[in-house]
Amino acid sequence: MDSALLWSIIGGFVVLGVLAYAAAALSAAMSARESGTSAVAALTLPGQETARLLIRQRSVTPGADTLLARIGTGLLPLAALMSVLVIPLGQHAISDLSVGVVWFNAMEVLAWAAVWMVGWGSNSSWGLVGANRFLAQGLAYELPHMFALITAAVGAGSLRVSDIAAVQGLPGHLWFVVYMPAAFLVFLLSALGFAFWGPFDQPIGREIAGGAAAELSGIDRLLLLAGRYLLLTAGAAMSVPLFLGGGAGPLLPAGAWILLKTAAVLAVLVWIGHRVPAVRMERFTEVSWLVLLPLTILQALAVSIFVLVGWM
Amino acid sequence: MQTVIFLICAVGAVAAGIAVFRVDSMARATLALLASFIFAAVPILLLGLSYLGILVILMMVMEMMIMAVFMVMYMMNPAGLMPMKMVHNNKMSLVIAAAVFVLLAAGALFTPWPSGTAEAAVSGSTTTGGRSAADPTLALGLDLMGPHMLVMIVIGLALFASMVAVVVLSTHRGRYDRFGDDLQRRPADDPVRGGLGK
Repeated sequence: MDSALLWSIIGGFVVLGVLAYAAAALSAAMSARESGTSAVAALTLPGQETARLLIRQRSVTPGADTLLARIGTGLLPLAALMSVLVIPLGQHAISDLSVGVVWFNAMEVLAWAAVWMVGWGSNSSWGLVGANRFLAQGLAYELPHMFALITAAVGAGSLRVSDIAAVQGLPGHLWFVVYMPAAFLVFLLSALGFAFWGPFDQPIGREIAGGAAAELSGIDRLLLLAGRYLLLTAGAAMSVPLFLGGGAGPLLPAGAWILLKTAAVLAVLVWIGHRVPAVRMERFTEVSWLVLLPLTILQALAVSIFVLVGWM
Repeated sequence: MQTVIFLICAVGAVAAGIAVFRVDSMARATLALLASFIFAAVPILLLGLSYLGILVILMMVMEMMIMAVFMVMYMMNPAGLMPMKMVHNNKMSLVIAAAVFVLLAAGALFTPWPSGTAEAAVSGSTTTGGRSAADPTLALGLDLMGPHMLVMIVIGLALFASMVAVVVLSTHRGRYDRFGDDLQRRPADDPVRGGLGK
């Protein structure tokens, strides 16, 4: 492997890790403010929690399917890291695949397998309930999510992420969020969904004792929680080239704009997670299939017509 | 390099396929089948059909996870948490498996495959006209259904219509159960609460 590629992989993963830590720190600070303790002191909480989990024993339930559970806990952060291969975090993506949008979708769907394996593997009813909740939620968010992704691809006439970002930077072209606001909102919703964050955190919900994560401790818990923040960060980072113009912006270099926009979207997602009440998956399924799915299809139709007429 | 990857995937796909019948848990069997499908998707990537290969992985992960839930649900042990036997109807299964293998192997061996590079394959294909050989996915799509696009679209619609029809026929609750005999009841009487004001 040549060293340029190696450095871009390391650089991309470090940026992703820093952003994910920032998301966890912001979340901890918001929780601290809600409970009246010092928000600044809470910024180091994710680090302390990481250290605590690293030295803790992992817990094993009787009759657990350890093989599946271990694969699942490892697969979640791995899926997030692999999805980031096609997302520019800085100047360029690590590997700008010609089918980058499909790659991102495939990697983010690996979370289905990961969370289900973790929940099943711990041989606990809470774990299994959480695992099945995540699949139900996945069925709800995935179809509108796919239409949102494909709408951005139709707008640029390419599945390559850098092409989609480049089209929005051309003179006379607006950011895709202007042409396809519904697709952008649906994408943000589904980013919350696949990271089971905020209103969609039922799979690891408190009322089922932590759900899929109920029996996890030590390194297993650390991997699952880290994977969740990494997925949320990857979702925020992907929204920038798809809808927010990629590196387009005045004065600053493209890489700085991408980081700024990613951080802003991530902050909004974390904020939503603390401000919006839980949405149960059976309710969201009806909303998703009866409202969001027709909405995204109409959005795709509108964008296709714009492209044919030559308005974008 | 490509040969090595192909060999790893070929052996891996067969091994994972065997594992489906060797493990004693429905969850492991389903995930072994998923692993087998993913091993089978990588050679599609090796052919340069990156869109199709990644799509196969995407669809297989989604459908096998849904299947895992249904398999666990339909098995006769509660929640599928007890070990179980993964084989039944052994003799007939062997016969069917052997017949299908012979059929597919014969197809693979006796089909007159186009030889050479992607360019050669496209120009020698059954479709005509100058096409971008840089996009093997397009070339494959045109080769598979170029002259039959209308037929394929109609079949697609028919398949979708039959899926909807099967769901409608198999659900035990219709609109009269939901909205009452005069279809006037609002909100609908649903066993699971929905999200749209119900």
